Amino acid sequence: MLRVIVRRLLQLVVTLIALSALIFIWLRNLPGGPVDALLGERATPETRALLTKALGYDQPILVQYAKFMQRVLTGDFGNSIRTGEPVTEVIGRAFPATIELALAAMIIAIGLGVPLGYLAARYRGRLLDNLSIAGTLLGISIPIFFLGYLLKDVFTQNIHWFPPSGRLSTGLDNTNVTGFFVLDGLLTREFDATADALWHLILPAFTLATIPLAVIVRMTRASVLDVLNEDYVRTAEAKGLRHKTIRGRHILRNALLPVVTIIGLQTGALLSGAVLTEKVYNWGGLGTLITDSISGGRDYPVLQALILLAALVFVVVNLLVDLSYAVIDPRVRVR
Amino acid sequence: MSLLDVRDLSVVFQRRGERPFTAVDKVSFSVEPGQTVGLVGESGCGKSVTSLAIMGLLPRRGNKVTGEVFFDGADLLQLRPDDMRDRRGRDIGMIFQDPLSSLNPVVPIGVQVAEVLERHRGMDRKAALKEARELLDAVGIPDPTRRLKEYPHQISGGMRQRALIAIALACKPRLLIADEPTTALDVTIQAQILTLLKQLVDETGTALIMITHDLGVVAGLCDTVNVLYGGKVVERAARHELFARPRHPYTRGLLDSVPRLDAPRGERLHAIRGSVADNIPWAEGCAFAPRCDNVVDACLEGTPPLEPTATGGDLRCNNPVSEEVAVP
Repeated sequence: MLRVIVRRLLQLVVTLIALSALIFIWLRNLPGGPVDALLGERATPETRALLTKALGYDQPILVQYAKFMQRVLTGDFGNSIRTGEPVTEVIGRAFPATIELALAAMIIAIGLGVPLGYLAARYRGRLLDNLSIAGTLLGISIPIFFLGYLLKDVFTQNIHWFPPSGRLSTGLDNTNVTGFFVLDGLLTREFDATADALWHLILPAFTLATIPLAVIVRMTRASVLDVLNEDYVRTAEAKGLRHKTIRGRHILRNALLPVVTIIGLQTGALLSGAVLTEKVYNWGGLGTLITDSISGGRDYPVLQALILLAALVFVVVNLLVDLSYAVIDPRVRVR
Repeated sequence: MSLLDVRDLSVVFQRRGERPFTAVDKVSFSVEPGQTVGLVGESGCGKSVTSLAIMGLLPRRGNKVTGEVFFDGADLLQLRPDDMRDRRGRDIGMIFQDPLSSLNPVVPIGVQVAEVLERHRGMDRKAALKEARELLDAVGIPDPTRRLKEYPHQISGGMRQRALIAIALACKPRLLIADEPTTALDVTIQAQILTLLKQLVDETGTALIMITHDLGVVAGLCDTVNVLYGGKVVERAARHELFARPRHPYTRGLLDSVPRLDAPRGERLHAIRGSVADNIPWAEGCAFAPRCDNVVDACLEGTPPLEPTATGGDLRCNNPVSEEVAVP
């Protein structure tokens, strides 16, 4: 087990180094750049040359990359070109927001997806099953930004159930401990802040959850259908076990193995979905930061760090999924 | 009173858009306490479906079960699903064909034995595991304490089948149904499992329904044998009677197809010609007629009746075999 973890972590390091080089070179080959953004269109060539030199962009790209990596190894990702703040601070502020949103979305997707998928399989061919098939197809097909604006329009403009944007109501006095507002409220016993944060969280989380939810429903349904035909389920029935035991221990425990893998892969979809969802609901997270950093003049240092972080999250989540797989499936453990 | 009395049990599979298929056709037989009864026939003759119907394990949709299955005076087919659930595993145990796929791959053996004790005998996990250890020991699994924590893929095929037997017998049921319990095992293990079953049945007084296509299994184990063909009982006889004087041409064919060590070298193995696919519907005559060497005109004029024989059995044949064959 430990060897597996070590090997995977080494793989992770190699992946990140390769990725960093790719991002670095790719970003600098995009048209436009921080110099244009900072100086505007009417700057003289002399000023441009000065700033380019000051930012170090006149050096060969490999030299720039080497310097970048050198600093990264000491934990220094540079300063944002837009605001001048250290990149770690900028990202540190936005990171909890996105994680909070993604976690909430995943809780919704798993919490609804697994039971729905199970029921659809159990009542295969009946109304509920057909509805779930149609619903998941719709969930996968609807573009996130469209669904986001639709939900926002209905639930904040027509019926005022939820706030239209942001993470907290303005004027709410809350204490910031971890940056996870729901958690902060609980830690500081400011339960009104927790409730308010949750209230703001529901719509964006649902929007972000639609695709993973649809995938999990489909996957669970297919997987449960497979397992229902297995001999050991018949054995469990022959033992006269209660429904609850058969469902949990004999059907779901086996059927969820492939679903767990899918959950890991869906984190990727979640990260890209967060960009759109955060834009719609003005959620100050990584997604907003990414779009702002691209449109606001190619903020190279922030973008590099952001993309690396996204890759890191994706790889780590999938590592955790693989490890959890070994815990759930004894056949994997032995190998 | 018989322990189990199956009367006119029929199972018809009905899928939308398909012609209904009668898998079991008015099958009647009974099992006395402590008796071992064989259900014999080739693939597709309805023997497994019969056992699943008795256990109430057929899929809820797509089939119609009629007739009566009296166990302990109650008709199992009329029981509410929850009442049947209470009896399964407690009063009637069942062993299946493929021991690997019949055990849950992600649950330790110990839990799979213990859960049936927890369910029917109200034990807590600790007591149930202790009892499970005893059961594994009783079915001849070496080092049972260690096996409790192991998973099905970690033990051998023979041990898996022993574990399934331990599960089926955990609550000391009065009836055990074994559906081809040795088919997936190699020959030496087959013999061990059959010996074990025989020993356990003798010790506990459990009645046994042995479902098999292998007459060798029947020869060593069963008191009475029901030969099924095309969903109907075609011959019923005491074991020694069946082997000494098979009356139905199908039974005779099955006996002749058993390979013999004392047969002359180079002699070809006898086989029943044709396959189940050649069957004619029972309504038009004897389903076996197209494959039968003894066929007469009457065989194509309606279902032959099941009639008592002079030796106390039953026979469904217009032109039975009369010559004697030696016990294989």
